[in-house]
Amino acid sequence: MSASHAAPAQAPTRSRVTLQVNGSPRTLTVDHRATLLDVLREDLGLTGAKKGCDHGQCGACTVLVDGRRANSCLLLAVAQDGTEIITVEGLAAGGELHPVQQAFLDRDAYQCGYCTPGQLCSAVGLFAEAAAGHPSYVTDPTRPSGQGPVELTAEEIRERMSGNLCRCGAYPNIVAAVEDVTR
Amino acid sequence: MPGTATSAASRTATSAATRTRVPAAPARALGAAAERLEGLDKVTGAARYATELAHTPPDCAYAWPVPATVASGRVTAVDTAAALALPGTLAVLTPDTAPRLGEPDDPNLAVLQHHTVPHRGWYVALAVAETLPDARAAAAAVHVTYAAEPHDVTLTPDHPGAYEPQEANGGHPARRERGDAAAAFAAAPVHVDATYRIPPLHNHPMEPHAAYARWDGDHLTVYDSSQGAGPVHAVLARLFGLRRDQVTVVSQHVGGGFGSKGTPRPHVVLAAMAARHTGRPVKLALPRGHLAAVVGHRAPTLHRVRLGAERDGTLTSVSHEVTTHTSRIREFVEQAAVPARVMYASPHSLTTHRAVPLDVPTPSWMRAPGEAPGMYALESAMDELAGALGLDPVELRVRNDPATDPDSGLPFSSRHLVECLREGARLFGWADRDPRPAVRREGTLLTGTGVAAATYPVLLSPSTATVTALHDGGYAVAVNATDIGTGARTVLAQIAADALGVALDSVRIDIGSTRLPRAPLAGGSSGTASWGWAVHAACTRLTERLARHAGPLPVEGLTASADTTEEAGRTPPFARHAFGAHFAEVQVDTVTGEVRVRRLLGVYAAGRILNPRTARSQFIGGMTMGLGMALTEHSTMDPAFGDFAEHDLASYHVPSHADVPSAPDIDAYWVEEEDPHLNPMGSKGIGEIGIVGTPAAIGNAVHHATGIRFRELPLTPDRVLPALA
Repeated sequence: MSASHAAPAQAPTRSRVTLQVNGSPRTLTVDHRATLLDVLREDLGLTGAKKGCDHGQCGACTVLVDGRRANSCLLLAVAQDGTEIITVEGLAAGGELHPVQQAFLDRDAYQCGYCTPGQLCSAVGLFAEAAAGHPSYVTDPTRPSGQGPVELTAEEIRERMSGNLCRCGAYPNIVAAVEDVTR
Repeated sequence: MPGTATSAASRTATSAATRTRVPAAPARALGAAAERLEGLDKVTGAARYATELAHTPPDCAYAWPVPATVASGRVTAVDTAAALALPGTLAVLTPDTAPRLGEPDDPNLAVLQHHTVPHRGWYVALAVAETLPDARAAAAAVHVTYAAEPHDVTLTPDHPGAYEPQEANGGHPARRERGDAAAAFAAAPVHVDATYRIPPLHNHPMEPHAAYARWDGDHLTVYDSSQGAGPVHAVLARLFGLRRDQVTVVSQHVGGGFGSKGTPRPHVVLAAMAARHTGRPVKLALPRGHLAAVVGHRAPTLHRVRLGAERDGTLTSVSHEVTTHTSRIREFVEQAAVPARVMYASPHSLTTHRAVPLDVPTPSWMRAPGEAPGMYALESAMDELAGALGLDPVELRVRNDPATDPDSGLPFSSRHLVECLREGARLFGWADRDPRPAVRREGTLLTGTGVAAATYPVLLSPSTATVTALHDGGYAVAVNATDIGTGARTVLAQIAADALGVALDSVRIDIGSTRLPRAPLAGGSSGTASWGWAVHAACTRLTERLARHAGPLPVEGLTASADTTEEAGRTPPFARHAFGAHFAEVQVDTVTGEVRVRRLLGVYAAGRILNPRTARSQFIGGMTMGLGMALTEHSTMDPAFGDFAEHDLASYHVPSHADVPSAPDIDAYWVEEEDPHLNPMGSKGIGEIGIVGTPAAIGNAVHHATGIRFRELPLTPDRVLPALA
């Protein structure tokens, strides 16, 4: 019985990659099965990116990859060689909080705090998307895409932040904090 | 009424609404809208949760559990050869090889101690490996064979296995009778006799249950994602046969719990076992997909509510009969008929619970166990009664507000439900409401409004705490409290500052470790009252000691301790409950069947509000979970496989940003309530009442919008659209 289930004892394939993490090059050997999220958390000690579902369903692991927000649980680390990664630990440039971090404090836009890093990175990502004119589901469909910034109304923010779940129910405060930054 | 409250609600959350920064050192720390002390850590990623070590030891191993794939039966063999042959595998623990443990009170913690499978998803093996990918691969390579037995996982109201337990959760008697409810119901000129159903629900805190365990000789150190390091500590000591001083449990930051982390869950036992077995530190973070089966859930409840009333709305008979499921290995009975005992005056009443043991995971606490499902049923029935009477639903509740607790006959320490209803009606614009259902159409949308009442008991546990006056003028408070997102750190520091008569920023607070003074878990909306009383007492004692102290402080500072076992154990002759009123406005899309909440308002009478900023967040958070219970959250026991079909956050829909309106369309208010029969702070718990009335308020609003009475949650399009046709 056991023989039929025995897998060949091959060492997992590993590769050497360099990630630009929060502005610093980090070279390490990664297991090809390892996600960017696990490498950040377990190998680099950057536990700001959270594991809420490991399936791209909750957004707690959101980081910025080459300036765009991404679920780091859905990215294999080996495929990110050479990319620039910004995690929540990298949002406060030069020790000064990013405006959206300050707005989260001002608005009490968090409770347990576990979704917070993902919400913050997602907000920073959506500012860039709206500035670049990317439409969302609630954007006027007759509006040409990519031509001038999309105004971030509360409805736009709610729609664009909906990939980031918060079980404590801090949503109204999060939306208010994101709105504060757009003003 | 003993409480001398003012009825005027005040808009106490203005600081958040106007973005005014809160002064760091208010004149009185208690009652100030202080920012969370750990806020900076949480927005910069510096706050570390259970398995998030700044420096993971190089020899740290990773564990991954293997769930059973049958719903009932026995494990006959666990073939570990393939798993052990994989590179990186350190061990596979099975019911045959795992370390033997002491007998737990909770049979769910006897993991890998026997071969019985009480439900699908029960852990039958544990892979331990060098890395996370190695551990996951090893777990997938474990082959388990079973002698499967037929299973039964389907709850029905007439299930032959149903029995009436002695008690429901919380120690409430399963049955209470007053007068002759059946005869009074039959004689009443106006009746409601309705059944309501609520499906199983899952807590799903954002941080899945996780633990890091390390043995240093005979000393076990555990970092656990738990609502109380104290209970975890006691259980681990017992299971592993250790003295209490041989175990340290830390729960510094916890990514939510909502009841599912109230007592130790299997993951922490497995992590400690794996660390002992391998001699390595071990991290074990449960995959989200496992949670539905192993950390508890809100049991499904079937309700029959019968209300009999005079034509003026005076209730003469209130019956609430609940049937729910429990597991084969541990009795947990959701106390859903209990709130009907306290809500309304009626000379005749019957409240009962029946449980059906099934081959299902053991249910457990989920935010407002009992109150949340029970009040959905009772408050929906009250709305039906208001309709049958042609009476305004606010007025019906006001008319039946009791002078004393209907069940115990005791006076209320304070009860301001009527004030919440009146103030909520004013804020919501209820007076303009046209009571007729199904007459408000906006294109393809129907709109409506609804109201429901809420209640939650005042609970309290003994606690200890210490406070030390330091040489630098600061004060160090120590108490093994847990901050699961409630703001416990902050409010306890406020209580200390207030009792010491100092500014908040001169108080340092240390929580979340069994190295600190013993304290109860964060649950039952009792944390602030329980821990805060001990902190208050220690600070009061220190103030007295400092007043007597002459000369400079000793080197170690001056310390005072408190233990509230005596005062917290006294039961004053009052019924003590928080109350609230929820108002909702919904739109129902007649083309898609989608229900959306436009406005949601909560008004609460919950004693003194100690921090309006964090209180408002908790109230709104509870209302948001109630919105999910009403509209999106739904789990299904699959009869064929004996498993919850909704395992993940793509199938179990917790509310998202797009589901929840922005302030001020969603908001929380409170009436000032002074109650001298609670604790030195005068506070009632606020963590759970926000969910309690919300589902019924939304359901009643859907009835007002559509004219259709739905009696089963959630109100998803597949349920709503066919009824609209």
